[in-house]
Amino acid sequence: MTAAVPKVAVWKFASCDGCQLSLLDCEDELLAVAGAVELAHFLEASSATVAGPYDLSIVEGSVSTASDIERIAHIREESNVLISIGACATAGGIQALRNFADVGEYVSVVYARPDYIETLSTSTPISDHVAVDYELRGCPVNKSQLLHVISSFLLGRRPRLPSSSVCVECKARGTTCVMVAHGTACLGPVTHAGCGAICPAFDRGCYGCYGPADTVSTTAFVQLLRSLPVSDRAIERVFRTFNANAPGFRDIPGSEHAAVGSPRATS
Amino acid sequence: MTHRNGTRQLDVQALARVEGEGALHVTITDGELTTVELNIYEPPRFFEAFLRGRSYTEPPDITARICGICPVAYQMSSCLAIEDACGVVVDGQLAALRHILYCGEWIESHVLHIYMLHAPDFLGYAGAIAMAQDHRGIVERGLRLKKLGNRLLEVIGGRAIHPINVRVGGFYRVPTVSELAELVPELEWARQAALDTVEWVAGFPMPDYEGDWDLLALAGEDHYPFMGSRIGSVSGRAQFSVPQFSAHVHEEHVAHSTALHGRLDTGEYAVGPLARYSLNQALLPPLARAAAADAGLRGECRNPFKSIIVRAVEVVAACEEALRLIGEYSPPSEPAVPVMPRSGVGHGASEAPRGLLYHRYEIDSEGIITSATIVPPTSQNQRAIEHDLAHVVEANLDLDDETLTARCEQTIRNYDPCISCSTHFLDLRVVRL
Ligand code: SF4
Ligand code: SF4
Repeated sequence: MTAAVPKVAVWKFASCDGCQLSLLDCEDELLAVAGAVELAHFLEASSATVAGPYDLSIVEGSVSTASDIERIAHIREESNVLISIGACATAGGIQALRNFADVGEYVSVVYARPDYIETLSTSTPISDHVAVDYELRGCPVNKSQLLHVISSFLLGRRPRLPSSSVCVECKARGTTCVMVAHGTACLGPVTHAGCGAICPAFDRGCYGCYGPADTVSTTAFVQLLRSLPVSDRAIERVFRTFNANAPGFRDIPGSEHAAVGSPRATS
Repeated sequence: MTHRNGTRQLDVQALARVEGEGALHVTITDGELTTVELNIYEPPRFFEAFLRGRSYTEPPDITARICGICPVAYQMSSCLAIEDACGVVVDGQLAALRHILYCGEWIESHVLHIYMLHAPDFLGYAGAIAMAQDHRGIVERGLRLKKLGNRLLEVIGGRAIHPINVRVGGFYRVPTVSELAELVPELEWARQAALDTVEWVAGFPMPDYEGDWDLLALAGEDHYPFMGSRIGSVSGRAQFSVPQFSAHVHEEHVAHSTALHGRLDTGEYAVGPLARYSLNQALLPPLARAAAADAGLRGECRNPFKSIIVRAVEVVAACEEALRLIGEYSPPSEPAVPVMPRSGVGHGASEAPRGLLYHRYEIDSEGIITSATIVPPTSQNQRAIEHDLAHVVEANLDLDDETLTARCEQTIRNYDPCISCSTHFLDLRVVRL
């Protein structure tokens, strides 16, 4: 790290591009950020790339192919600090639903020529493969939090973001609890803070897109959900979405299908 | 790039300024173009496989995650398909709100593409940030426009990327009149900024080239189409209703791509702004129509390089439509119409910023999805992109490799290819190669 201007790279693995788009959605800050750093690799924004090493690598997406495993190892070697952003990168994303199923069957359902497809049987977070300095949650991440994390690392500080639940954010915002007022099933009590409690403010229960909160018990919460008029299958489904593979969500009590296996190539 | 025994090879291993992951391989042997392959290596995410067994209420949230740039397109096509299966029509002010939300997505996505991804090709920059060094005012105008598009998504959808307020049947909560009225001053600014954008991009140097395949889009009835029930083509050869889509469009799986290639039974085709415009330009709102004429666009536009002008015209249209609908808005009494499951099949189509997006679901009497098919725009365009590339390479063999490669990348970006989107579909009739 000799450069006076920090070199920042943005990398994509299996994802929808939404988390890196959050960076381009910082319309008010983008030009200032771009002036303060050297954007050395950000293919969604620029065709100019600069070889590593990088001061900071921002990684979106999950590991789902054999070549991903090699690529992330190489990126780690080239990066002083590596942060993973979003549910795909921190938990495996929605594409980790294959971890609970037979990926060979998935391939045959989607593709006419399964022999053309190379994929692992699992979709896993970046931290399953390399050391990660910070994980920012969300599907997608909150762009203000993303800016905070980036600027903290560039200033050599640890980011300071709450690790509490959406429930706490709802109270702070003064939203009436949808579970108490309307009996709406809401994952707010067990979901990681960060979005600012958007869904309850729109009369909707939280569906857990920020993944499990750090310190809560899903087991006790599932008992509570069962007291609402919600079927067990519906409870299982709501945990099996964008953070299905996250510890805390993946082993929902009473569920017949637990996550399986470690990465294994299918073709 | 390598030169070997009279063979010249252009390789772009990782395409920049597209959403997703793609690569391009062109081979020229003894001065003749031998192969062009647009290689999509975006890892498959298997949406259509894991949608089976999910509830009929889930596709708007789940399929949004196919693409962070056009989640509303996925939400709308999926809602329309599920509502079709359940025999429900969402109309009136709820449909108007969906339309405004979709305008927000067109503005956000088109402006991102025009200013940040495509204009740098025409003006010779690596990206918008480099372009801003010479054209700061213009880039700032683009950023402010994009922000307005995102603002519409936030006010109606709850957030810009993967809106949370969309549900089968409508919304969870509808905005008040004043929440929408607050958007009007910035929308009025945006309408003018969009007109200025048309003028700006119409002045770019445009390579001379016309595609010769058919163009497929929703055929609007009263308004320029966002969501609809009829599909038409510019040649007039394809005319069918949305449920007939899979009877007319077939998809093929080729070795060099994880995205399937679409083919129409009447021949090759493309979707996107050129198709929408060529089929529906008479339905553009007045300022957008006038701006198109001033920019030199006529009844039909077949030059893919000019898609940047059509996108700018569509940003004007989206601002005008949003202003009209906000002016007419009165909050519906309920945020959603009830949608009860019943066993059946439903089809839905809408105009994603990149073109026609088709969804089909089969559900059982409990509302559990038993089959899902999603046909995104980029997969339908992949063949047309390869055709354009072949033409561009053949017409420019005298250019050096670097210039020719840049021209090829620009050609691909004419389609604003969303590679993340195009990597998953199924249940198609497949023609073996
Ligand atoms: S976490 Fe969600 S928003 Fe981010 S890349 Fe993955 S699917 Fe997209
Ligand atoms: S699902 Fe939960 S975490 Fe995600 S935006 Fe809604 S309230 Fe926030």
